Amino acid sequence: MPKIIKNGQIVDDGWQVLKLADDQTVESIAIPEDPVLLPLAVWLARREDILSRGVPHGVWLDSSEGPEAIAGDLEQLAVIGVNFPKFTDGRSYSTARLLRERYGYRGEIRAIGDVLQDQLFFMKRCGIDAYALRADKDSNAALASLRDFSETYQAAVDQPQPLFRRRTV
Amino acid sequence: MYRYDSIDQQLINERVAQYRGQIDRNLAGALSDDELRPLRLQNGLYIQRHGPMLRIAIPYGMLSATQLRKLAEISRRYDRSIGHFTTRQNMQLNWPKFEETPEILGELASVEMHAVQTSGNCIRNITTDQFAGIAPDELTDPRPYCEVLRQWSTFHPEFAYLPRKFKIAVNAAAQDRAVIRAHDVGLEIVSNAAGEIGVKVFVGGGLGRTPVIGKVINEFLPRRHLLSYLDAVLRVYNRYGRRDNMYKARIKILVNALGIDEFKRQVDAEWAHLKDGPTTLTDDEFDRVARHFTPPAYVTLPADDLSFATALKDDKAFAAWVKRCVHAHKVSGYAAITLSLKAPGVAPGDITDTQMEAVADLADRFSFGELRVTHEQNVVLSDVRKSDLYEVWKIARANGLATPNIGLLTDMICCPGGDLCALANARSVPIADAVQKQFDDLDYLYDIGDISLNISGCMNSCGHHHVANIGILGVDKNSEEWYQITVGGQQGNSTTIGKVIGPSFYADEVPQVIAALIDVYIEQRTTSERFIDTFLRLGLAPFKQRAYAGRDKRKIAAAESAETETAPLTKVANA
Ligand code: SF4
Repeated sequence: MPKIIKNGQIVDDGWQVLKLADDQTVESIAIPEDPVLLPLAVWLARREDILSRGVPHGVWLDSSEGPEAIAGDLEQLAVIGVNFPKFTDGRSYSTARLLRERYGYRGEIRAIGDVLQDQLFFMKRCGIDAYALRADKDSNAALASLRDFSETYQAAVDQPQPLFRRRTV
Repeated sequence: MYRYDSIDQQLINERVAQYRGQIDRNLAGALSDDELRPLRLQNGLYIQRHGPMLRIAIPYGMLSATQLRKLAEISRRYDRSIGHFTTRQNMQLNWPKFEETPEILGELASVEMHAVQTSGNCIRNITTDQFAGIAPDELTDPRPYCEVLRQWSTFHPEFAYLPRKFKIAVNAAAQDRAVIRAHDVGLEIVSNAAGEIGVKVFVGGGLGRTPVIGKVINEFLPRRHLLSYLDAVLRVYNRYGRRDNMYKARIKILVNALGIDEFKRQVDAEWAHLKDGPTTLTDDEFDRVARHFTPPAYVTLPADDLSFATALKDDKAFAAWVKRCVHAHKVSGYAAITLSLKAPGVAPGDITDTQMEAVADLADRFSFGELRVTHEQNVVLSDVRKSDLYEVWKIARANGLATPNIGLLTDMICCPGGDLCALANARSVPIADAVQKQFDDLDYLYDIGDISLNISGCMNSCGHHHVANIGILGVDKNSEEWYQITVGGQQGNSTTIGKVIGPSFYADEVPQVIAALIDVYIEQRTTSERFIDTFLRLGLAPFKQRAYAGRDKRKIAAAESAETETAPLTKVANA
């Protein structure tokens, strides 16, 4: 079974990420009977159908898709994926923060795509708590990078108070 | 100046450890070159024409003598005993070894220095006025703002992978000396009618291939909202700035595409959620930081010093230096001085290890152990007693640091260009050298008076050529080096982008063209006019006409045919 980093541990994970191939449409794509992260467009078009199946489901947002589109659906989503098409595309950091800080999402936010060790610390700070590390990378090394820094200047999801409100001088 | 507490120090130490791990993984093959690139850039490491280049951060240009001595030592041990100051008030080392860079960063950390975010698509080193804290025309000291911003921007988790680099400058003086209107965000510290201090925010300025003057997005932002407001600006940019074309990825393109009103509306909508949240700056924190910048222990001195007055009268060379390199100070009996790094035959902004040590000694002996780097690539001692000026001058002169040319034609801003920079279209240092040679008569330079001449080796515009009275830009046409000349640019409160005078020139033509432009000024000026004033009165035509008069017909034809080619290819930035 594939592994992911979740809540600071390496764990087995059965979720799959559904992607629309070029020859598939939102209406035609088959939705598996296993836990699945759906493309936003599929979720928006087939919401009732998906809810009626009773299979664990979530949605993944591409980096160009903000959280606004699912703001009303958060209670129905066990997992939200945020995609990093390239690790240098930083939009999903904002998406994750908005999901947590603006929309109050409490479920799992999972980084998918080009997810690499040296970005995990920032992802964690922005409220991402599960990391589907790129398959060719070393999970144990990546796990350690969640602790690259012992302190942080800014307020963010993992530490809602900036350092200057916590400094004892 | 700001001193690290144990947390600041720990974070920098952890950064060195993180970087060391990244380099080790790269050397072991576990981290590809492409994956390493943004990581090393955010630690200042470029891979250049001849090898690596390391850009060391000098936050808002402030250095202690101890730090400068460390830089001298590093340049000797790990480089070729030379450093180069940049227009972002940083220092570049041009010959470090890739494998030794973690060690260099470790050395830097030992004196509260680093290379964090000096490159890459993130919030870069904050810059400000080199006369911060001592300028007679300043409302308040901008450095506490800069330090607050440094901490906010350091390892900001949401904005480490922006569409493109993001530069912030702060000014608190009546005259802007930090070019804030040419920054992604420019901050001007102002007071309102009620006497409260706040920030006027400019957004979307920048040089590069599409030069734009920043627009006002907020006339008066109370100080406590500074960080949450910038979070809102950056979030809108991070989400909606273009990522499909790196030449259209700066915030200025987004601001122009949306229009400043719509951009402001989006920022305000975002800010409404962040305003008054935990990021709201507390007075306690501001005061804590500001205490690091309390004035040094000045003694009470008369405004005029007799020995200084005598030396001025008796020593012409000293008087010439004082005229160009000594600046007013808000405390009686003190002055600020600029040590020129624009001596003939030296690449502008270059400083040797022994010069660094000499400057550090001068700072320790005469200026409370501190100094500043200017965006014009010189060094400032900010707190020198007038009675010490003569002694300081003699030592500076013995070390090649007293060229009396600050603000004159030969005080050029110049990027490293094609000799070192992998992105260059053309060399810039030999052009600076040729201009130095053409204008080697100090009396003539004084006669020309205040003028700025800046040189960039490519459209990335590190040499700020757009905002110079005379700008020189290297362009590549059919694999040949050409130079495009602009006239009429200005920095400061009336920041203006210069106008291109016409087809480009060959390198060997450039000094003559500059001489022609100067001739027009000398002939046409009224008694009180600077070069820029004459240009503003006369317009481009007479300058243009003279620049091309008598030009070799063959060269004109070549330039024009090359001009019709598509826009010169600028190589991809961030090598
Ligand atoms: S302007 Fe161009 S050539 Fe000059 S340093 Fe910048 S990138 Fe290099």
